[in-house]
Amino acid sequence: MNSPLLSARGVTKRFGSRLACCNVSFDLWPGEVLGVVGESGSGKTTLLNCLAGRLAPEAGSVAYETASAGTVDVHCLSEARRRLLARTEWGFVNQDAREGLRMGVSAGANIGERLMAIGARHYGNIRQTASDWLDRVEIEADRLDDRPTTYSGGMRQRLQIARNLVSEPRLVFMDEPTGGLDVSVQARILDLLRGLVDRFHLSAVLVTHDLGVARLLTHRLMVMQGGVVVEEGLTDQVLDDPQHAYTQMLVASILPV
Amino acid sequence: MLRVSGLQKSFVMHARGTVGDDLALPVLKHVGLDVRPGECLALVGPSGAGKSTLLRSLYGNYRPQAGSIQVRHRDDWVELVDAEPRVILDVRRHTMGFVSQFLRVIPRVGAVDVVAEPMVRLGADLTEALRKAEFLLGLLGIPERLWALPPATFSGGEQQRVNIARSLIADYPILLLDEPTASLDQANRDGVIDLIRQRREAGTAIVGIFHDVAAREAIATRLHNVALPTSQTGVAA
Amino acid sequence: MPDGAYNYAYLDEQTKRMIRRAILKAVAVPGYQVPFGGREMPLPYGWGTGGIQVTAAIIGQDDTLKVIDQGADDTTNAVSIRRFFARVADVDTTTRTEEATIIQTRHRVPETPLQEGQILVFQVPIPEPLRMLEPRETETRTLHALSEYGVMQVSLYESIARHGRIAKTYNYPVLVNGRYMMSPSPIPKFDNPKLDRNPALQLYGAGREKRIYAVPPYTPVKSLDFDDHPFEIETWEQCCALCGSKASFLDEMIVDDEGQRLFVCSDTDYCEERRK
Repeated sequence: MNSPLLSARGVTKRFGSRLACCNVSFDLWPGEVLGVVGESGSGKTTLLNCLAGRLAPEAGSVAYETASAGTVDVHCLSEARRRLLARTEWGFVNQDAREGLRMGVSAGANIGERLMAIGARHYGNIRQTASDWLDRVEIEADRLDDRPTTYSGGMRQRLQIARNLVSEPRLVFMDEPTGGLDVSVQARILDLLRGLVDRFHLSAVLVTHDLGVARLLTHRLMVMQGGVVVEEGLTDQVLDDPQHAYTQMLVASILPV
Repeated sequence: MLRVSGLQKSFVMHARGTVGDDLALPVLKHVGLDVRPGECLALVGPSGAGKSTLLRSLYGNYRPQAGSIQVRHRDDWVELVDAEPRVILDVRRHTMGFVSQFLRVIPRVGAVDVVAEPMVRLGADLTEALRKAEFLLGLLGIPERLWALPPATFSGGEQQRVNIARSLIADYPILLLDEPTASLDQANRDGVIDLIRQRREAGTAIVGIFHDVAAREAIATRLHNVALPTSQTGVAA
Repeated sequence: MPDGAYNYAYLDEQTKRMIRRAILKAVAVPGYQVPFGGREMPLPYGWGTGGIQVTAAIIGQDDTLKVIDQGADDTTNAVSIRRFFARVADVDTTTRTEEATIIQTRHRVPETPLQEGQILVFQVPIPEPLRMLEPRETETRTLHALSEYGVMQVSLYESIARHGRIAKTYNYPVLVNGRYMMSPSPIPKFDNPKLDRNPALQLYGAGREKRIYAVPPYTPVKSLDFDDHPFEIETWEQCCALCGSKASFLDEMIVDDEGQRLFVCSDTDYCEERRK
């Protein structure tokens, strides 16, 4: 707990003349789940991609404390190192599971890929681990050899989560992990994520426009509007005692059940 | 355990559109208090005087504009006003529990797991935490058949008791109680009062709001008057 | 004398130099696919345009050429390519593996062990071993550059999950010199062990995709597998009906309308030599 896991400083990204995210800075500490909320187009996903090394920011830096090699600047790493990091110490859960999965191979192969990529060469062990993870994400064991094309949306999303967590990453980036799913399916995934975050002491950056999701999963929130962070703080502070006009408007817009 | 001085809190409601229409609602002005282990401070005052606001500010849920809230945490005094989120989280995890009037339900998580969670987060063994959770639920009169069910469908009183069990399981040195007995019937209320009094006698520092006079008299050791701010310009939250 | 209507070995000298440069680079980086400016050849893609360009770039009048197609010297493709080079490069041709200095092959490696100084030229339809798993060329290049070959292992995993064993029997992926993933062209996996530390130089030419890659003599070539599903070659209960060999790759032939079957060596030269 002595140093942050991820430190963003002045991260700025522009698309043409449009400012997608402007001067964003924060520290993410081990075990913390940081939520990034805001409406569509507020720069949340751009920020996430900059943090995860998928987009190069124009200005600013993203420092990550690796498990063994000290602190690295994500955007100064060689592509090889960055990709290695991305498939060992990090996870990335896409909103659209099809982007995060190999749709043409079985669930077991999807989960096993990271293991094989870092050198696992025992089929039986890989399959067992894949099976364990399928169980953890509440998918029946007899679906192990089925392709994700035969899965429902919620199952695909859970499979994507398993595929990411199998290498026991320390940091997971999530882009609207429950977007586009039925409410009951959402609840299951949220519950699952919550349990896994606790159990594996994960740190995460979660992008969502759903304040309910943010309330349930995150410890801290950053509220973005037009690429700028307008408010940040503890999740319950921000949601129960919003200070900025935009946050107040967002909170007031939640539909009561 | 808890020292508060010069606390100020007002709510600023931003109006749609024009900046000039912002509405400022001062609620707390120069609040100071001091709670020692084994003490229970009952906040009293008229409705709208800011008792809940004060309690929520103590928990770090509301952000005061000025003043100081110091908490005895891990053998040290920690300032909560303008503290980093992770500091407040750590204080909440180890030192300070909060019983609100309403349970924030988590989809699909069973009552017994909801109750056990704070203890598990502190590193306790899962089976041990579950056993203690069941013990507390039993003590608070939640029928055993409900333990495994998510509390979303429980009655108000049952949810309230699940909430209390969740806050008591971790033996926090400081407890903040917002109407802990509000929606309980007589028998359950007595059970809750007993539990809280036991905690106080064991040295827990408590700050609470009790509209129920009997509960207040049974638990509180001191009263703290929360006055209506004089310069009030609108309806308090 | 070579046919005077064409430059020696059909290609012009500049083209041959360009191809030789690509070959040198390929030899220097075993298993790495080197792009080259492939030319139109007087036969369609898929008939060995890549192999022919490589052969044309390295052949000289002192060479002896052998051409096989699926192990046989006497198929149309093999015969016409042999005749082509006899005409444009004025070289001796042979069917004997040990006499040849250059062996152009489609889909087999000769059974007779190769020697130092011999060159084996493979015709390659799809040079990219990762193509079926990752359609983007930009991405496969990155995967090669970074040695990220997990996805290939994924395909083997998938095969075992589906069939109980690694069902791939030809074009079985190999790792060259511990570095580059390589397609050995559609040879049966039976031939994969022959690629490993072979004294001959192996050159691979893909005409349609315009890539050349190579395995220099004595380079380690490892067939991918799992610890608990090790790489294995095909075996037959029968032996060759003509020469009695138990150690060669056998083709199955239906010999009459009753469905009588016969197993014979796929390598015709090897079989004939054994019957002498």
